[in-house]
Amino acid sequence: MKYAYYPGCSLHSTAKEYDMSTREVANALGIELLEIPDWICCGATPAHITMHLLSLALPVKNLLKARSMNSYEVATCCAACFNRLKIANEFMEKNIEHRGKVNKIVGQEYKGEVKVRHFLDILVNVFGLKNLSERVVDKLSGLKAACYYGCLLTRPPEITQLDDLEEPHLMDDLMKTIGVEPVYWPYKTECCGASFSLTRTDIVLKLSADILQMAYDEGAQVIVVACPLCQSNLDLRQAAINRKYKKDFQIPILYFTQLVGLSLGIDAKKLGLNKHIVNPMKLLDKIAK
Amino acid sequence: MKWFISHDTIKSPFLKALENDSGEIMSHCYQCGKCSAGCPIAFQMDYLPNQIIRMVQLGLEKQVLSSRTIWLCASCLACTVRCPRKIDIAEIMDYLRRRAYRKGIAPQGEIGIPLFNKIFLKNIELFGRLFEMGLIGMFNLLSGEFFKDMSLAPKMFLKQKIGIFPNRVKNIKEVREIFNKSGKFGRTRRGKLLYPKLIFLNLLRKLIEKIEKPR
Repeated sequence: MKYAYYPGCSLHSTAKEYDMSTREVANALGIELLEIPDWICCGATPAHITMHLLSLALPVKNLLKARSMNSYEVATCCAACFNRLKIANEFMEKNIEHRGKVNKIVGQEYKGEVKVRHFLDILVNVFGLKNLSERVVDKLSGLKAACYYGCLLTRPPEITQLDDLEEPHLMDDLMKTIGVEPVYWPYKTECCGASFSLTRTDIVLKLSADILQMAYDEGAQVIVVACPLCQSNLDLRQAAINRKYKKDFQIPILYFTQLVGLSLGIDAKKLGLNKHIVNPMKLLDKIAK
Repeated sequence: MKWFISHDTIKSPFLKALENDSGEIMSHCYQCGKCSAGCPIAFQMDYLPNQIIRMVQLGLEKQVLSSRTIWLCASCLACTVRCPRKIDIAEIMDYLRRRAYRKGIAPQGEIGIPLFNKIFLKNIELFGRLFEMGLIGMFNLLSGEFFKDMSLAPKMFLKQKIGIFPNRVKNIKEVREIFNKSGKFGRTRRGKLLYPKLIFLNLLRKLIEKIEKPR
């Protein structure tokens, strides 16, 4: 299995541990990830708010770079990048008017021939849970996790084509395979406030507090995420949430790749588990015993 | 709130332009309110999403473009996927924001979000990839919240989660060309960050607030 890997801006800075753990897991499972050389930002939300054509041209440029690697499948981890790349692809495939304009902007012909996949999709649907279960060294049994998908992983369903819209289960299935017990909770696809983290922190604190509260009420010890922005809002802002709403949350927010990595027997440091603000090591050590 | 809606307002080219550019047919909406019920940020909005749609139907361009709602939409797409009439409400919000940018309209007291988007894109244009320190520094400077999130910085540095220097791409010319051409084809004015007057007024307001607070 060979993929062109598009990490995205967050995975090179605030979500370094997501990048580290993805590479470790891919390495251990024999999935080859070749980083797209000199990739650029996908534009995220600000691009489609300000200029529609720009929000298509930036992802298309990256897809063209992937095409020139002779790799027709791109793997990405960030939910926002995944969403933007997929939407751009859909436009290039079906909307002839936009295709013409975007092709003029990037200076190359592109018709949406590169496929985009999320790493979660690759693990569950391509590598397969059965194959994965054979590789698991230590099952993380006794750990209760709330799987949090966020907005952009499943929406809009006709474009992302990843999972069920209101009741996604890919991550839950993955967690069951490595021995983690996923809790049933209704906030799987609620919004965490996303990019308002800097502009309207009060909104992010309220929405993230609700998510943490719901996970806590349902008995989750950790929240498992697949989006770097969800992680940073829930992890980095947890202290501020505790202060503002007089709570005492100590819920580690982990990436699914980190837990998969642990179950494959990869060293915690290599997975970047020391990089979280809410330290997960105490809990994970307890589980290991 | 009461508005007088004249015949000219209802027949204004605003609705037609929106339908043309976004590809949505506004008369499909029958005001069930499902978008507002599922909206995570509705509690902060001045008009609920379904009210915005109704205002669009009536051609109330000025009121819609100066509302805080269009900027408070987080593009989480909950409304879009749940609409029983299959209207892409998030896309309409996007269209309204783009139109507001083009016309230079920003709501009073909610200038942070339009400013943030522009700074974010400027950042990408300069470095090709997001440079978080630059983004946060610039945003804090221009929005008048100079020390916001300063307490988080040491933790982020220690965990090596944020860099002091930008991670610039090699072929930055290529990126600038994409920005230039997108601006040209999309008939959008670029260059200016946001309207300097608005930024200045906002800074002044913040300053007055800071002085008045201790009293």
